[in-house]
Amino acid sequence: MEFLLQPLTLLTFFPLLGVLVILFINAEAKNIIRWVALVTSLITFGISLWVLTMFDASNVNLQLVARYDWITVAGWNIQYFLGIDGLSILLVLLTAFLTPISILSTWTAIEERVKDFMIFFLLLEVGMTGVFLAQDLFLFYIFWEFTLVPMYFLIGIWGGPRRIYAAIKFFLYTMAGSILMLLAILWLGIYGGTFSVPDLVALGSIPADIQWWLFLAFTAAFAIKVPMWPLHSWLPDAHVEAPTAGSVILAGVLLKMGTYGFLRFNIPLFPEATVKAAPWIALFATIGIIYGAMVSYAQRDVKKLVAYSSVSHLGFVMLGLFAINPQGIAGAILQMINHGLSTGALFLLVGMIYEQTHTREINVYGGLWKITPIFGSIMLIVSLSSMGLPGLNGFVGEFTILLGAFGSQAIGNTAYAIISALGVIMAAVYILYMFQKMFLGPQGEIVDEVKQHGHALRDLNWREIVTIVPILLFIFWIGLYPKPFFALMAPAVEHLVGMLPLP
Amino acid sequence: MNLTPQDYQVLIPYILLTAWACVLLLVDLFIPKERKSLTALLSALGLAITLGVTLSQVGIAQTGFFGMAALDGFSTFVNALLLLSGILGIALAHGYVKRLGIERGEYYTLLLFSISGMMLMAQATDLIMVFIALELLSIPLYVLAAFARPRVSSEEAGMKYFLLGAFATGFVVYGTALVFGATGSTNLYAILASASNGTSTLLLTIGAALVLVGFGFKVAAVPFHMWTPDVYQGAPTAVTAFMASGAKIAGFAALLRVFATAFPALAVDMTDILWALAALTMILGNIVAISQTDIKRMLAYSSIAHAGYILMAFVPYGNPAVREVSIAAGLFYLVAYAFTNFGAWGVVIALEKNEEKELAITDYAGLGRKHPALAAAMTVFMLSLIGFPPTLGLVGKFYLFRAVIAAGFTGLAMIGVLTSLISAYYYLRVVVTMYMKDGEPTVERETWLGLATGVTAAVTVVASLVPQSLFAWASEAVLNLF
Repeated sequence: MEFLLQPLTLLTFFPLLGVLVILFINAEAKNIIRWVALVTSLITFGISLWVLTMFDASNVNLQLVARYDWITVAGWNIQYFLGIDGLSILLVLLTAFLTPISILSTWTAIEERVKDFMIFFLLLEVGMTGVFLAQDLFLFYIFWEFTLVPMYFLIGIWGGPRRIYAAIKFFLYTMAGSILMLLAILWLGIYGGTFSVPDLVALGSIPADIQWWLFLAFTAAFAIKVPMWPLHSWLPDAHVEAPTAGSVILAGVLLKMGTYGFLRFNIPLFPEATVKAAPWIALFATIGIIYGAMVSYAQRDVKKLVAYSSVSHLGFVMLGLFAINPQGIAGAILQMINHGLSTGALFLLVGMIYEQTHTREINVYGGLWKITPIFGSIMLIVSLSSMGLPGLNGFVGEFTILLGAFGSQAIGNTAYAIISALGVIMAAVYILYMFQKMFLGPQGEIVDEVKQHGHALRDLNWREIVTIVPILLFIFWIGLYPKPFFALMAPAVEHLVGMLPLP
Repeated sequence: MNLTPQDYQVLIPYILLTAWACVLLLVDLFIPKERKSLTALLSALGLAITLGVTLSQVGIAQTGFFGMAALDGFSTFVNALLLLSGILGIALAHGYVKRLGIERGEYYTLLLFSISGMMLMAQATDLIMVFIALELLSIPLYVLAAFARPRVSSEEAGMKYFLLGAFATGFVVYGTALVFGATGSTNLYAILASASNGTSTLLLTIGAALVLVGFGFKVAAVPFHMWTPDVYQGAPTAVTAFMASGAKIAGFAALLRVFATAFPALAVDMTDILWALAALTMILGNIVAISQTDIKRMLAYSSIAHAGYILMAFVPYGNPAVREVSIAAGLFYLVAYAFTNFGAWGVVIALEKNEEKELAITDYAGLGRKHPALAAAMTVFMLSLIGFPPTLGLVGKFYLFRAVIAAGFTGLAMIGVLTSLISAYYYLRVVVTMYMKDGEPTVERETWLGLATGVTAAVTVVASLVPQSLFAWASEAVLNLF
């Protein structure tokens, strides 16, 4: 019992209880299944808030630790080891926050095989929370790989026309990176005699040349997940084909697993290699920012546009992380949250209109604001947040990152920060282009087309508003008063930077 | 030359099972044709009792019959696994042979004889005994492969397996002869003693290599795998399931005992050869599996590929610092593979119709919707074969790759993980077909089959979460081996 009542264990595995309940519900009782899933994820969110109340931000060590020996024979030393600190708490909260929202968004969008859908979705939540909490490399790897399975089904069963291709591509791409990381994990386990991350960090420096290889192996896994240019090609396919809720979680949380991986493993485990690699990562991040923005602008499919904008936004996060100074990393963590909120919201909104029109072609839309004023207004706020308008959340994150990158010793060249700043302007271009095409100007052909099918385009209903408003609250909160968010992570970030051998 | 009770103690499980099979052969004559289920039940009972006896011997380590056979942690571990495979094999076969109209009592007795041969393989410490055990395990399997006569594919499978199997046995015998020529003995311990005295290693090396070729055939390692796809496809599926696990386990057990006990001196040469065999087997098995459209052929190539993974554990057999961990990892992987493999074949049997119908991967379309439990089980098995959490396959690979890296063969581990990636493609195709394509598959509902599939799926998942005791057992099993 003591094992199960650990707050972090409870937080990670509570959704399994919902899965168990759903397993015994008749597949035809769709609404009951939806409610069970929603309530389960809401309770999980409640548990995450409970964890937050117990969390002490001034303590830089892992907290609420649940640590038990798991496999300890024949030189193995694997532990069941969960813990939370300033680097992960916001991401854990984000996961618990976005899951009920995503489930709510599927209420009418998913009609087929609701039971399977909810089971996979709750399993996915277990995996994601586990990734952010696991402090043992073996446990982490299990959660990390496990998230692939439900996501693969979500894309493959409920996705668009090319869903099978997208699902397999997603799976194989991600796995390709992970297995290289597996070898590095095994090497570390043999070298240190333990898989526990804090113990490995405390063990001290690994020989520089080996450290470099290990760094690269971990980078392979995380860079594909982020995704960093040029490893991003799975992302647009996965996003376009995934059902709305899948896209929200994919953009909102799964991509963050990659950036979080850099933060939790690459930087503290391989400090010398991190410093050495910083200029290179900054280069790729900058290319990603510009490339993602340019390709976004070229898209005619609104979901693809948002997908490529993720490449650009995640480039900022990477730039911030490898600036390796407190501003850069703190900005990066906040930007992970921001991206989760605003891109998640964008996918939700796109999904809401798609449910009515069944097309994502930007050109067929136009003048929507007049017909659906609430939808248009919310879309505007979210778009502005995504492009980094001051006063909204995106600005705070990107500004802090650029500040960090500008003064970064590790990157050592201000050019990256300057070029990346252009990315902010380019974001304004593609986002406003999209908004203008869809919501302003003459009425698009889709409006009549929908009318011909008997029902005019409607504005957001209550359920949809309830789905999106919580995100809006945070968009404003972070934008106007980000201090409590920074306060949660600042000591941990300072501590992390203090460990690195900066030039 | 007097045999003491200790001698008999060494081989008591083997003697018990063989005697049981002989008696059953007679008893079966009095069991009416329509009640052959009784024979199946009695066979399973014999296996269960033998399993009980085997488990009661955990912890005993001694040799008997003048050094011809050994009882130790290793043989107990392998024998327990073999007996369990036998029970699963009967559970899978019971309804299947009935459905195919090939339900004859000999099926079960042949299975028992084959298992007793496999058990002897794990215990033999003399090359002559190894040869006898090899024949005892193989000949019933040749018959079983052709059991669906007069179906041509089954007869062909039996014939092919017999011819190539006999060929392989020839290699083992020839190798044995050369080893005897080099060392003057066929006893493994005597060979070891003589090899360390500095006898001509050339002859010994050639002999060992020929023995390796023979075992390579049995475990289906590339380039000695040619028979595998045809035999696996042609043989009755229940036989294939048993062959894919049982024969592989026994082959590896003998390979391991012979090489670890008698030929550590040859490790310098053998390591390179084993390295190449393992790498080739993993690469070829996984790549050719991609293009298969028949599930039995796909699983056949998958079994070849897995032979490659298990072979990896043998590569550092001459390195005292790591060999115990490495071999223990191999044993663990064998367990993981056996359970997963039986489960996957169980699903194949559930879908297969008479006249070899519904064996294409495309026949699995819609299974996820029509039979969610069966499809979920198959998904577990496919994930386990890829090496994905939360399954035994992942823990097995983790253990195995760790041992290989610890032994310094990072390149081989790299090949291992990359081929796992390739394998994900074809295993996932089965999952894609089950869940993402529409179809109307029908399934045979058989109690024992369902039970076997369910149990293996549960073990595959649950044991991966609590692998501690299995780990411990595998590590203890190899302690007395060297």
